[in-house]
Amino acid sequence: MEPTSSIAGTTALLVLLLPLLAAIGITLFWKKDEEFSAQLSIGAIALGFALSLGIFAFTGDKAIEANFNWLSVGDLKVSFGLLLDPLSKLMLLVVTGVGLMIHIYSRGYLQGDRSYSRYFASLSLFTFSMLGIVLANNLFMMFVFWELVGVSSYLLIGFWFEKNSAADAAKKAFLTNRIGDFGFILGIILTWLALGSVNFAELAHALEGKAFPFASLTEPLGKIAGGTQWWIVHPNVLVTLVGLLLFMGAMGKSAQFPLHVWLPDAMEGPTPVSALIHAATMVAAGVFMLCRIFFLLNIPGSHALEFIAWIGGFTALLAAVMALQQNDIKRILAYSTLSQLGYMVMAVGLHSPQSAMFHLTTHAAFKALLFLGAGSVIYACHHEQNIWKMGGLSDAMPRTWWTFRWGTLALCGVWPFAGFFSKDAILAAALEHKNIPLFVLGVFVAGLTTFYMSRLVLVAFCGNARSEEASHAHESAGVMTWPLVVLAVPTLLAGAVGIDAYIGKLFPSEHPLHDGGFLENLFAPFNHNIFAASFGLLAVVAGYQLARALYLNADRDRLPEKIGVLAKLARDRFYFDELYEWFISVTQETLARVADWVDRWIIAGLLVRGTHGTTELFGRALRLVQTGSLQTYAFLFAAGVVLVLAWQLLLQSPAH
Amino acid sequence: MNVGLEHYLTVSAMLFCLGLLGVILRRNVLVIYMSLELMLNAANLALVAFSRFNENLTGQMMVFFIITVAAAEVAVGLALIVALYRKRQSAHVEDLTSLKL
Repeated sequence: MEPTSSIAGTTALLVLLLPLLAAIGITLFWKKDEEFSAQLSIGAIALGFALSLGIFAFTGDKAIEANFNWLSVGDLKVSFGLLLDPLSKLMLLVVTGVGLMIHIYSRGYLQGDRSYSRYFASLSLFTFSMLGIVLANNLFMMFVFWELVGVSSYLLIGFWFEKNSAADAAKKAFLTNRIGDFGFILGIILTWLALGSVNFAELAHALEGKAFPFASLTEPLGKIAGGTQWWIVHPNVLVTLVGLLLFMGAMGKSAQFPLHVWLPDAMEGPTPVSALIHAATMVAAGVFMLCRIFFLLNIPGSHALEFIAWIGGFTALLAAVMALQQNDIKRILAYSTLSQLGYMVMAVGLHSPQSAMFHLTTHAAFKALLFLGAGSVIYACHHEQNIWKMGGLSDAMPRTWWTFRWGTLALCGVWPFAGFFSKDAILAAALEHKNIPLFVLGVFVAGLTTFYMSRLVLVAFCGNARSEEASHAHESAGVMTWPLVVLAVPTLLAGAVGIDAYIGKLFPSEHPLHDGGFLENLFAPFNHNIFAASFGLLAVVAGYQLARALYLNADRDRLPEKIGVLAKLARDRFYFDELYEWFISVTQETLARVADWVDRWIIAGLLVRGTHGTTELFGRALRLVQTGSLQTYAFLFAAGVVLVLAWQLLLQSPAH
Repeated sequence: MNVGLEHYLTVSAMLFCLGLLGVILRRNVLVIYMSLELMLNAANLALVAFSRFNENLTGQMMVFFIITVAAAEVAVGLALIVALYRKRQSAHVEDLTSLKL
């Protein structure tokens, strides 16, 4: 337990442990004192944010590692280590910064809830787990915190567990993530087997100059497969396999197709939770992880990245189409989150993790802003979430309205809002990588994004109030609106402060990005790749014009008349839930039937009843012999003797 | 006619079989008991015959033992039968089935 003496490392440890202490303190001692538990939770993350700022400001670009021995099992040595490099420092700021705003906002949003203290304890637990993922310096520790994040997400989605839908959604999120995590741990084990370490720095070092780094797995895996070698004919297959297994973790956490089904349902949790966990931070953990292990995916010969790019692109498209026909304000935002996560994953797949992290950061700010804005609207409309029952909120809620509008502009990718720069970076990466299909897909999704977000804004905020609640809506309290204002600042500015260049230092490429200062960055997309920028903006204009034509002052959705069956498919989420339900019930039913048959006929029938039946049969037969009459016994006795004698004398005698 | 070992043994076997038949077929406990004695004496006869023809006294010595033990056995057996008769007012085996389930 000898910590390497480093002030930055100790500070990072403090940032990590503060929320845990707050969570423990609230749960054990101050559950009754609601006000104090909220303050404790907010205080922990505020201090964490301040310390993160300090770390960010006073440490250089060089990676700092602080190690604490944790456990060693055989060859596997796991250290509890913190890694501070640009990637984790940026995420540290995102998690604590956005988290702080959401903690403050929650104080207003959950005012009067019965389990106020429990909420803040869970929120602090989540912050602790998320920081653990961010700071982990090895895969194993990351996995532990990965699971902890899953648990706290479960707790928070199911926060209102007395509602069945919330409890079900929590279970669904947890179980869906399990599938992904199973692949993730398999990937970790294979990596460890092949390279002998789980530490990121050591892994990167072990990979250097190795042509087929996973070749040593060929034999043991062949043995597991029963000696058949057909599926590991080439070391490249293994490299791709490990990459994809690790990607499965991201697939679950970042809700990529086909494990995307849990995220929209997770909106059953309180809105600030949706903002923090299911928009800004936790779902970004998958993307963060992909960037962290990018060197494992980017091994020459691996095809994992191509697969990742297409999964990301497909998720982006699918979710954007589904968002078109949702009427619940939070669900629209949830599908838009899915779609944006798809963008990020696609960026990783396009060999551009820096633009993925860039989009992750800007998205964290503006999506948190959008969710908190939606929360403010929902709160004002007395927990009405249907956008068709809102309308005319722009006058009633001025501060929510302009911050929400900024968030929307950033999400759609309008210059000079942050979203424009990060989305442009991804589109440019697609062009640079000569992947025209994904570029077209990205531009199309950008258009769809603008369309559904404009629909949301036009229907919910413009026009006339369409319900009693909406007409009486008024601006939320300052504790809820000030976080919106604070988040609006990065929403506007984060695009041009050089985040991609900062992260880009970690990922050496042929065209190193350079940070030319705020003003130069502001116009860099147009100088850098005018194609991407102009197509992106064109998609925004087209999307907005379409939405304006359909939804300005509309009192009902006219889109289904135009696109027919696609609208119904989008509204019903392409029946993925039904499909999975059917699949699970079919497999489960079959399995249950087989188990039932085996239990009924083999175990209970043949083994249990068979044994007892045979014994009883013999017993019954032998009982008949017990007549109780001495003479019968004597007769049998004599007959037996006669038989033995006859056998002995007649059959065995050597004379015959 | 010269009487040989086989004649003795045949008589002994017939006596034994008569005794056995009596034990199996008769219904009166006393008669069964007498048949048992008959079987014992059939065995005695065989032993004496063997002793005589083998010129070996071991068989006769055995017979004395059997006679002695049989006397003791008769005493105990008859006492049991009397006690049984007092308890059940019957010496008929078909009434004595309390061992049966």
